[in-house]
Amino acid sequence: MPDVNGLGHSMRRKEDPRFIRGQGNYIDDLKLPGMLWLDIVRSPYAHARIKNIDTSKAAKIPGVLGFVTGRDLEKYNLHWMPTLMSDQQMVLPTDTVKYQSQEVVGVIAADRYAAADGVAAVEVDYEPLPVVVDPHQALQPGAVKVRDDKDSNRIWHWEVGDPAATAQAFAQAATVVKEKIYIPRIHVASIETCGCVADWDAANKHLTLYMTTQAPHAIRTVLALVAGHVGLSEENIRVVSPDIGGGFGGKVPVYPGYVIAVAASVLLGKPIKWIEDRSENLAADSFARDYHITAELAADKDGRITAMRMDTVADHGYSDAQAAPSKFPAGLFHIATGSYDFQTAYLAVDAAYTNKPPGGVAYRCSFRVTEAVHAIERMVDILAHERGEDPAAFRMKNFIKPEQFPYKSAFGWEYDSGDYHKALRLAMDMIGYEDLRREQAEKRARGELMGIGLSSFTEIVGAGPSKHFDILGIKMFDSCELRVHPTGKAIARFGTKSQGQGHETTYAQIIAEELGIPAEHIKVEEGDTDTAPYGLGTYASRSTPTAGAAGALAARKVRDKARKIAAHLLEAAEEDLVWERGKFHVKGAPGRSKTIQDIALAAYTNHPQGLEAGLEAVHYYDPPNLTYPFGSYICVVDIDRGTGQVQVRRFVAVDDCGVRINPMIVEGQIHGGLTQGFAPALMEEMQYDENGNLYGGTFMDYMVPTAVESPKWEVGETVTPSPHHPFGAKGVGESPTVGAPPAIANAVVDALWHLGVRHVDIPLTAPKIWELLKRHGAALEE
Amino acid sequence: MSTHHIQLTVNGQVRAADVPARLLLVHLIRDNFDLTGTHIGCDTTSCGACTVLLNGKPVKACTVLAVQADGADVLTVEGLEQGGQLHPVQEGFTAKHGLQCGFCTPGMMLTAVALLRANPDPTEDEIRWGISGNLCRCTGYMNIVKAIQYAAEKLQVQEAQPA
Ligand code: FES
Ligand code: FES
Repeated sequence: MPDVNGLGHSMRRKEDPRFIRGQGNYIDDLKLPGMLWLDIVRSPYAHARIKNIDTSKAAKIPGVLGFVTGRDLEKYNLHWMPTLMSDQQMVLPTDTVKYQSQEVVGVIAADRYAAADGVAAVEVDYEPLPVVVDPHQALQPGAVKVRDDKDSNRIWHWEVGDPAATAQAFAQAATVVKEKIYIPRIHVASIETCGCVADWDAANKHLTLYMTTQAPHAIRTVLALVAGHVGLSEENIRVVSPDIGGGFGGKVPVYPGYVIAVAASVLLGKPIKWIEDRSENLAADSFARDYHITAELAADKDGRITAMRMDTVADHGYSDAQAAPSKFPAGLFHIATGSYDFQTAYLAVDAAYTNKPPGGVAYRCSFRVTEAVHAIERMVDILAHERGEDPAAFRMKNFIKPEQFPYKSAFGWEYDSGDYHKALRLAMDMIGYEDLRREQAEKRARGELMGIGLSSFTEIVGAGPSKHFDILGIKMFDSCELRVHPTGKAIARFGTKSQGQGHETTYAQIIAEELGIPAEHIKVEEGDTDTAPYGLGTYASRSTPTAGAAGALAARKVRDKARKIAAHLLEAAEEDLVWERGKFHVKGAPGRSKTIQDIALAAYTNHPQGLEAGLEAVHYYDPPNLTYPFGSYICVVDIDRGTGQVQVRRFVAVDDCGVRINPMIVEGQIHGGLTQGFAPALMEEMQYDENGNLYGGTFMDYMVPTAVESPKWEVGETVTPSPHHPFGAKGVGESPTVGAPPAIANAVVDALWHLGVRHVDIPLTAPKIWELLKRHGAALEE
Repeated sequence: MSTHHIQLTVNGQVRAADVPARLLLVHLIRDNFDLTGTHIGCDTTSCGACTVLLNGKPVKACTVLAVQADGADVLTVEGLEQGGQLHPVQEGFTAKHGLQCGFCTPGMMLTAVALLRANPDPTEDEIRWGISGNLCRCTGYMNIVKAIQYAAEKLQVQEAQPA
């Protein structure tokens, strides 16, 4: 069998040669003839009336060419735009601004320096208005109203489960624990910010929009729907997503800057480039999380979990601009029953408007799974501790058992497969769990603070079956179009868009496995809506479960046709042909064979009568179910009693994402995801003062981990293939980001439980832990 | 604003430009010289995506004025490959999967080149501290460390071989 770099091969990435030579093609690298620059005047206030905008001084600055205001856009009814959740968001304000750093005026200039000069010279007169930043306050009667077009600050109320049965189960429980858990507002902080180049061709009424987007096809359709009345028509819109310098969900929404750039290009007839600064990216682009959860868990006298209840306030800023499937306004938050076997639960979410940036995005997260997993994994740990049980044994006792799959959860999800006991056992063996517990007891006797934290998460990814999943009505399938050329090489195009995940490599490997064409000979393209088939894009770990499956099935269609051609070439009946990877041979006569390359040539030079020429296929894959990756993580921390500093000493991560396409890439995803879970657990948070001023709007104070803080991850794997995915894969990108924070938080509380600490909200910064140590008399003070 | 004539060597080639006093080196490299491998990731000198070698020393090109580079020797990512041979650091990054989105990679590699020139046999800790001025959001750094270790070994072997 020739080695074609199919499934399971850690082949080097096909995208690397250009990136390591500095030949990537990111948005800011694009230069079009006659291109102008857009820069944006932003509001210093979180809530204010705009009394006047004076551009006269700015207009005199050499190189400054024009301005776009809300009043200009209002003439075309483009000053508001719909969000992906069918809420409304301002492109530019006509009357009031609703959050600090909101876009107020677009300044167009000949280059980026002149544009920045213009921004500095625009004078805006504001009348500050009262501000509400706390979502609980926002939901109180008489609160400052954020949105003039709404009756109240309550965006929606959503609930699932059985409140009466849950209340009854709690009344009968032997042990009940309750905790308020805040999942702070954070930011994806991809190292590349957002940007675009909008290029309007007036003669042909054609728009090319190069843009940092994870979902180019959906963007094209949204543009056609919202700007159809001013002449944008879908056949004349081409969205191109070039190389993306990290996305993590932050490049799913449509930000006002993109729309202003398009408007400016139409108004001035020139290509317009807009590239955010880092501080604009942090302060104005969509945040993630910001869920205030009150969680309760009940157990019977044997320590079996019997019921769960969660009540949540979700802060969306001034507009519900999150990216979640239409049917689920709180995303897949109701995966919150986790890896545990109980059938009684109730969960409610109230979403609130506040004077903060709109959002939030599913940051490396399948729509609120991170929030759900943090809540359940914290609560399970609290319950175990409360009962004096070992958290590992407590989990083992309560896990859904392997023989129970497919398992229907209390909220109706059908978990496709899993073996939670195996993953946790492996993690315990890798880290030496029992020895660590002994060490902890010894240290505790000496007054040292050491904690061991577990997290055994269940994920839900691969949105999704079209009966449940759509965005603005567009079903969440994904697609592949595959063409095999006469010389046996191929091109495959997909509806997704890599932002570093390595699709050019892994998709080629999937097709290599199915067709026996070496992965090196398969070119993968994504991101150009003129050429790629329609798809919903890359986020929520959906690429491998959906587009990857589409690739495999398109390849199987090609193989079916190849069989017909092979039968013709070998003068044999189709059913007498046997497929071995890369060729067909006649049953019983292995020497009589035709390779896929022979067949490809024949498809164009000698195809059988009655069969169409060519060798290509398109597949739109609508998954029958979601996939349910899982894992068990164990973290060991040491806490410095003199400073409150938490040191992650060891971290073992066992992931089960089903069949792995490229183990090297999967491991890389896990390392990166773990680090993005470590960051909010210990370092990152976007905080606002009572006036809605953001603390931490730059990389000086929004603390992205460097190589020094980042732990050395120890990774392990179990493989439980998805039973319904064409080759058993599940998706992995977000598992580690979802699973890591509760493992770290549980370790810290585990270190402090004997002092009386039951819960601490992340991030577990040194000052916060130090305060806690002082309060519990455990701080070492000079 | 005053304009200044500057001349510098970029990746071994002499380049000249008339630049406004406030032009940043990173924009000179990207916009005037079309060497777009040097990236911009922040506005506070924090991320290191813009790192180039200025007279052999790693600098954040977003925080150096173009005029300060007058007469200097600048190395960018585009100059790492020599005569069709990848630099061992480049090889290390692809061999050890030290990059994902690739946005931090040029700056990270140049920092690594400078680090290995100053310290040909660094410990893991020295590597981690050495690259702590460069942020990567994708990789979690473990494979970047391995990439630099790979390059260190390779450079030492090359060093030991007679030319
Ligand atoms: S661009 Fe971030 S340090 Fe230069
Ligand atoms: S590879 Fe994406 S930021 Fe480093």
